[in-house]
Amino acid sequence: MNLSLSHFEASLLFALITSLVFGVVTKKTDKERLQYGLQTFGYFVLALFGIAWVMKLGHG
Amino acid sequence: MANQAISVAPAAPSAPFQKWATAVVLAWLIPGAGHFFLKRPIRGAILAGSVVVMFAFGLLMRGAMFEWLWTSSDMLTTLIYCGGHVANNAAGIPYYLATWMGYTQPDVAGHVHDYGTKFLAGAGLLNILAMVDAYEIATGEKD
Repeated sequence: MNLSLSHFEASLLFALITSLVFGVVTKKTDKERLQYGLQTFGYFVLALFGIAWVMKLGHG
Repeated sequence: MANQAISVAPAAPSAPFQKWATAVVLAWLIPGAGHFFLKRPIRGAILAGSVVVMFAFGLLMRGAMFEWLWTSSDMLTTLIYCGGHVANNAAGIPYYLATWMGYTQPDVAGHVHDYGTKFLAGAGLLNILAMVDAYEIATGEKD
């Protein structure tokens, strides 16, 4: 079985799992963990769109 | 000469070597097991799920495993390959099971394979974070 994901889907999946772990290992209370996890995921998505636009504009 | 009071903060009692070493080794070999050993089952389950799911997606995307490649002429290649090999090994049992069962994938062109390779290495890096977290819990630096 081979999985074929697009750039966007693969990046989003990577961001989701990574932010989950960052949230769990970084903060002390459950509320802080949830907040940090969501915040990290948001930054990942923001960077994803930002870099995508830079590449699109760079390639013309 | 005036007396100077030197205040030295008492060192925090360190956890016995056996406790934190067991937690770290367990966390390495079986993702999440270090947290289960330290009685943090929910965090252990989340970490285990994250590492295993990321590793499984890496396999499904036919990612390549890094080999230990030491070249004195090209340090960047050495860093990427040796670092990648360490990251792959850090995933613990999932990595050893996959290689033992004969998973091989040459490094080929294509974004899906490329993401797969990063997912496989990423799973190991996330497991390193879990190992550090287990160490901090075992030594009492973190709850």
